[in-house]
Amino acid sequence: MITVNHYLLLSFIIFSIGVTGVLLRRNILIVLMSLELIFNSVNISLVAFSYYLHSMTGMVLVVFTITIAAAEVGVGLAILVAVYRLRRTVYVDELNTLKH
Amino acid sequence: MIETFFFYVFSVIAVISALMVVFNRDPVKSAVSLVLCFLQVAAIYVLLRSPFLAAVQVFVYVGAVVVLFLFVVMVLELKKERLGEYLHVRQKPLVVILVLVLFVGLGSLILKGRIIVPKGLYSESFILKEGVTETLGKLLFTKYIFPFEVVSLLLLVALIGAILLTFKKE
Repeated sequence: MITVNHYLLLSFIIFSIGVTGVLLRRNILIVLMSLELIFNSVNISLVAFSYYLHSMTGMVLVVFTITIAAAEVGVGLAILVAVYRLRRTVYVDELNTLKH
Repeated sequence: MIETFFFYVFSVIAVISALMVVFNRDPVKSAVSLVLCFLQVAAIYVLLRSPFLAAVQVFVYVGAVVVLFLFVVMVLELKKERLGEYLHVRQKPLVVILVLVLFVGLGSLILKGRIIVPKGLYSESFILKEGVTETLGKLLFTKYIFPFEVVSLLLLVALIGAILLTFKKE
């Protein structure tokens, strides 16, 4: 029998992997991919709650989350391309113009 | 029983492909692993009786988001990164400790948690009778019409923003 805890645990494991990717990777493209992983893990837990609590609110929220994630990727990758044109690097620790 | 089996199959593949996204040195392989992970998440949505969300997941994430990632990899001509160059070396122990603390703390909370709130109107029999996609659509266009319009406006703004940001000034 699969309970809500199973889905939450799966969502949490994917969330941890996403957080590791955001904090550990230097390539900003992979950081954005890890952000997508985090979005997906949150979506899993929302749908699981929605199913086990017999409520539709979670599923409606997931529709909005997917839309916003798509918008976020569009703008994020546009910024990435613009930054790459200027600085010729995709490594986050080399993008430190504001520091100097 | 069969549901349990498929849940474990999908979650194991999802976790392994998520790990491959983060710890692969080739951005193209990362993107392909991301496709695999998103497909498993779509399968999980089917297990949770929401086929509409599974279809949206496949269309939006696999069809649009990952293709966009692959386009950027192609445009920027990113090569496979060298070993020892693809991670923040200095922060590595700190991140490992942070993730372990997160893992143990939140994981124990999740394992102990039980649902005690009252359940809502949309029970499984109701949803099977009415259809989950129909119910979702009715809710989206009645109760949640205002957030729906706001989100569509946000998509338009993001579209204009993405075009403006990548516009080349001569």
